[in-house]
Amino acid sequence: MNPFTLLTSRVVPLPIDNIDTDQIIPARFLKTISKEGLDRNLFCDWRYHEDGSEQPDFILNKPEAKGAQILLAGDNFGCGSSREHAPWALTQFGFRAILSSSFADIFRGNALKNSLLPVVIPEDVKQELFALRENDANLSITIDLETQTLSLPDGRKVEFPVDPFAKYCLLNGVDELGYLLKHEREIAAWEARQPWALNTLGA
Amino acid sequence: MKSSPQAFEGLRQRGLKVRQPSRTIATTDHSIPTTSRSLPILDPIAATQVEKLESNCREFGIPCFGFHSEDQGIVHVMGPELGLTQPGMTVVCGDSHTATHGAFGALAFGIGTSQVEHVLATQCLLQQPSQSFEVRVDGVLKPGVTAKDIILALISRIGIGGGTGCVLEYRGSAISALSMEERMTICNMSIEGGARAGLIAPDDTTYEYIHGRRYAPQGADWDAAVARWRALPTDEGATYDKSILIDADALEPMITYGTNPGMGISISQPVPTPDSGKDAIERDSIRKALDYMALEGGKPLLGHPVNVVFIGSCTNSRISDLRQAAAVLNGRKVSPSVRTMVVPGSQEVKRQAEAEGLHEIFRAAGAEWREAGCSMCIAMNGDQLTPGQYCVSTSNRNFEGRQGKGGRTFLASPLTAAATAIQGTVADVRSIL
Ligand code: SF4
Repeated sequence: MNPFTLLTSRVVPLPIDNIDTDQIIPARFLKTISKEGLDRNLFCDWRYHEDGSEQPDFILNKPEAKGAQILLAGDNFGCGSSREHAPWALTQFGFRAILSSSFADIFRGNALKNSLLPVVIPEDVKQELFALRENDANLSITIDLETQTLSLPDGRKVEFPVDPFAKYCLLNGVDELGYLLKHEREIAAWEARQPWALNTLGA
Repeated sequence: MKSSPQAFEGLRQRGLKVRQPSRTIATTDHSIPTTSRSLPILDPIAATQVEKLESNCREFGIPCFGFHSEDQGIVHVMGPELGLTQPGMTVVCGDSHTATHGAFGALAFGIGTSQVEHVLATQCLLQQPSQSFEVRVDGVLKPGVTAKDIILALISRIGIGGGTGCVLEYRGSAISALSMEERMTICNMSIEGGARAGLIAPDDTTYEYIHGRRYAPQGADWDAAVARWRALPTDEGATYDKSILIDADALEPMITYGTNPGMGISISQPVPTPDSGKDAIERDSIRKALDYMALEGGKPLLGHPVNVVFIGSCTNSRISDLRQAAAVLNGRKVSPSVRTMVVPGSQEVKRQAEAEGLHEIFRAAGAEWREAGCSMCIAMNGDQLTPGQYCVSTSNRNFEGRQGKGGRTFLASPLTAAATAIQGTVADVRSIL
C-alpha cells in the first residue's frame, strides 16, 4: 500500500449530496476479474454522452480537473453498494483524498484500505470551500495526515478526525491483513472456544 | 460474489490459504442470466466471472452453490433457506445487503473486496464499534401494507444517511408479529438507511424457521443451540444511542418517486416539490431527481404509466412475496403495455412456487416467470430497463441507472407492484383488495 503523509493539490468540486457507488462506477463495469482500467468509467453516466463522447460540462472533463488529487463532494458520499471498485476507480483516476461533510460507512472503510483518505469536514467549511472553488478554478489545499489538518488558502487550519489505526496504516503503508495475520494464536484460541460453529462442508 | 476474483488473487499473491473453508460458502447471483439454465451464459465477461468463481472455490476448497447447483440463488435468499444463517453468528459477505441475515439475530454486514480477503485468510475483520439505533414499530399493519412499506417509511424519515455508523435494532409489537421472510425484507434495506447492519432479536418465530433446515443443528445440538440463542435478545430497559418510533397503524403503502431510497412517500401523497427541501442542497437534489425521473412536483404518482414491473431481488423474492403477488394477479391480466417479470430469489423458491402452481397464475396473467437470480435489480446480467422506461420494482435501489442506463425506478412492495402491473399505471393495491 502507498503511504499517505502530506498532499497538496487542486480541488475538483462535485456539489451533490448522496453520491452513490452506482454513480461512481455503474454495475455493468463490475464483471471485470481484475482491478485495472476502472478509471475510464469513473462517473461514467455523468461523464459521457450516449454515443461515448465526453460531456464537456462535466467537471472531470474540464482541463482544471487534470491531475487534481482532491475531490470535494456533498454529504453522505459513497452510499449504496459495497463495491470496492468505487475507490479503485477513484484512485486510478488519480484521487488521493475526498472531502465531504460525511461518508457512507462501507465506502469509508474501502477507501482507507486503498490509500484514499476520506476527510470529514464541518458543513460550513465544506460550503466555504465550494464557494472558494467557484471563484478560483485553481484552488489548492494541503492535507497533512500526521497533524490531521487541512490548510485553507488563507492559511487557516481545519482539523479532521481519523481513526488512529487507519492513520497508522496510511502513514506507514501498512496493510490490515498483514496486521491480522500476526494474531494467528489469538484467532485459533477463539475458534477453539466455539465448538458449535457452522460446518458448510458437512450436511 | 461480484468482487471475489480480486480477493482470491490477493490470497494467491501472498501464498495464503482460506483459513476456514467449513465456515465459508460461495454462490453465483449478480451476473448470471435469468433465462433457461440449460443455455450457456451469453455474456462472455459474465461467463468468465462465473467460471472464475467456480475454479477459485475448487482451488481453495470452498463449497460453491454454482450456476448449475439446485440450491443456487441470491445469497441472501438461499443462505437462510439452507439454515446457514443462525442467531448470534457474525455473517459477512461482499455485498451490502448482507444486513438481511440480521433478521435472525445475527450481526451481519456487507464488506468490500479487501475485507473479503481478510476474512478468507484470517476469519477476522478490524472494526470500529457501532452505535445502537432503536427502531420501534408498534401497532398492527392495515391490509395492503407490508414489511416493505415499514422499511421504506423508515428510510424516508431518517434519510439515506440517517443510520450511518449505527446498527439498527428493529423491535416492537409490529416487528414481533412478522414472519421471518418479512423480517428479512426489513433488515435487507438497513443499508439503504446508511446503517452498517440491522437486526431483530431471535424468538420462537426464528427458531421454528431454522429448525430442520439442512445446516441447522440437530438433536441435542439443537437444544443446546436454542438455549444459547435465548440469551441473545436485548435486555429489558436497555438504552440506545438513537431511537425512532413508527406507528404501524398509520402506515400506508409506500413508493419512492426519486433517485435514492429515502425519497419515498405514501402512495396517496403527491410527489414533493423542490421547495419542500430543507436547504439549498436538498432542494437541488429533489430538482435533479424530478428531472431525471421526468416527474412534476405536486402531482400524484398514482395513475402514472409504467413500462415494466419487476417482482424479485433479495428484498422481495421469497415464497411469501410471490404468494402475495400471485394473490393479486390470480384471475386477472397484466396490462398489455407493461412487461411484468417475476424472478424467484433461489432455485428452492422456484420449486416451491411451481409446486403451489404460482407460476401458472403468473403466466396466465401474462407475466414472465424466470430463473433465480438478481435479475433486474442490477443491470449486469442482461435484464435491464431501456433509457426513459419507468419500472415499479420490489428491489431496494432506485439510483440513476441502477436498473439500466436512463431507467427510472419506483420502489414498492410486491402488492403494489402486482396491482400496478394490472392497471398499467402506479396503483393503490387497497383499491382492488
Ligand atoms: S438482488 Fe440486487 S441488491 Fe440483492 S444481492 Fe442481488 S443485486 Fe444485490
